[in-house]
Amino acid sequence: MWDKLFPPKPIALANGKVVLQKRSRVPLIVLILIVCTVASARFTGFSFQVLWKRMHEFFTLFRAMIPPDWGSLADIWQPLLDTIKMSLLGSMIGALLALPVAVAASANIVQSRAIVAVSKTVLSLLRTLPTLVSALIATFVFGLGPMAGTVAIMLFTIAYVGKLLYEQIENVDMGAFEAMESIGMTRIEAFRFAIIPQVLPGYISTSLYCFEGNVRYAAILGYVGAGGIGLLINEGLGWRDYPAVGMIILVLIVTVTIIESVSEHFRRKLI
Amino acid sequence: MNHIEKQLSAAPRQQFYIATIAGIIAVLFIWSFTAVNFNDIEQSGLKIARNIVYGLTHPDTALLFNVTKQSVLYLLVETVAIAFLGTVVGAVLAVPLAFLAASNVVPKPVAWITRLLLIAIRTIPALVYGLIFIRVTGPGPFAGVLTVGLTSIGMLAKLYMDAIEELDTRVLESMKSIGCTTFEKIRFGIVPQLLSVFLSVMIYRFDMNMREASILGLVGAGGIGAPLIFAMRSYKWDQVGSILIGLVVLILIIEFVSGKLRSKLVKG
Repeated sequence: MWDKLFPPKPIALANGKVVLQKRSRVPLIVLILIVCTVASARFTGFSFQVLWKRMHEFFTLFRAMIPPDWGSLADIWQPLLDTIKMSLLGSMIGALLALPVAVAASANIVQSRAIVAVSKTVLSLLRTLPTLVSALIATFVFGLGPMAGTVAIMLFTIAYVGKLLYEQIENVDMGAFEAMESIGMTRIEAFRFAIIPQVLPGYISTSLYCFEGNVRYAAILGYVGAGGIGLLINEGLGWRDYPAVGMIILVLIVTVTIIESVSEHFRRKLI
Repeated sequence: MNHIEKQLSAAPRQQFYIATIAGIIAVLFIWSFTAVNFNDIEQSGLKIARNIVYGLTHPDTALLFNVTKQSVLYLLVETVAIAFLGTVVGAVLAVPLAFLAASNVVPKPVAWITRLLLIAIRTIPALVYGLIFIRVTGPGPFAGVLTVGLTSIGMLAKLYMDAIEELDTRVLESMKSIGCTTFEKIRFGIVPQLLSVFLSVMIYRFDMNMREASILGLVGAGGIGAPLIFAMRSYKWDQVGSILIGLVVLILIIEFVSGKLRSKLVKG
């Protein structure tokens, strides 16, 4: 289409041969991007004027958080531990449940097409649902508290780990599996000794990575009443108790950094 | 003892290590159970669950398909606009930060400080930014754009930085040796190497920002989140159903398109 509208430019080389240079598509892409940006700016009411006039407010708020209120540290411990427990439990159960789902979704292990299609659809539906929304639904079913948060994190972990795991299983080298089947092992035995050793490091590494992200998600789940430290953040901002919020954020940054470096250490060891 | 048995016994023994790790994990598992209280489950939970499932399977089609300002379609377009503009803002702001954090461009201390800043930006939850930006711009999609933009910076700058650090400098040396000017070196030596990676990262982040933008409404920063939470708080599960269906379909479409675009970019 583009080549017909803007015909390629002929270039005569020194030896008389003529080659065609295709016209660049960059102008078209840039045009589309600019149109989208302007339309979005109109739609959302983006204005540099407001930004310029009111931006100092943002920094005022941040400055109000410094120095953080060390006295509130005592109240933070319990919710912080709750947050970590929620994400730990949710990640562990989710990662375990992801195993059977991922196996059911890998086309090279399960022969029934219907089971594969259903599992894949369930996984992608679960993955598109934002964690906060599933947490909100969970609070209606399981009541307010860490239980709802744990369920939400578990659902997300199943979807995330499940997807990456079935992609790994489908890309595995099937030679060993077929060889073991041909010497008389059952499919389950062959799966245990041929497939699992190949995907295990990747599976553990994905689960650890997912856990890292879950700690961060768990921190905001309290906002919808699903337990953890989010509730405190919400309260602190509501009461304009900014030093306390600053303390929470500082504690969060430290915790997340520690967990990330521990999990990164183990992930590096795995691969 | 034949050769195979010898080989088998030569395998490294890691039982102790594995047992220790398994023990730690088991202890953590039991410890984390103390946070969950199963007595909390309300008796009405099952009934509510049934209502939710009924609402999700019987969505409010009037809300889903009309074209007023309260309809799902309008809100979805608003959500996409927030995510798109937020990604653009974040992508532009991330470029200078990425160069400041790349250890082959600036001195080590500067790179270190910038990286610490990026970690701090990444760790603060998006909803906190949302609540702060609402004080700046007032509730509405504008606050959402700024929030999405700021939260994107952390990841975008990190991935940009990786690309910059992997730059192939031999190209630049050979360009210098044939007499290219600095501008030519940047235009033909650096930009082609970085542009496709930057664009691919941007598209990936846009994908994630869709999810981010869809929950920002919970704090009043525009998008589809606010109607969703209102419908839930008032137990209108058929409306929740139609909003969620619209959202899931949109996210799936965007994921599919962005995957296609990214694989095209990577393959060139």
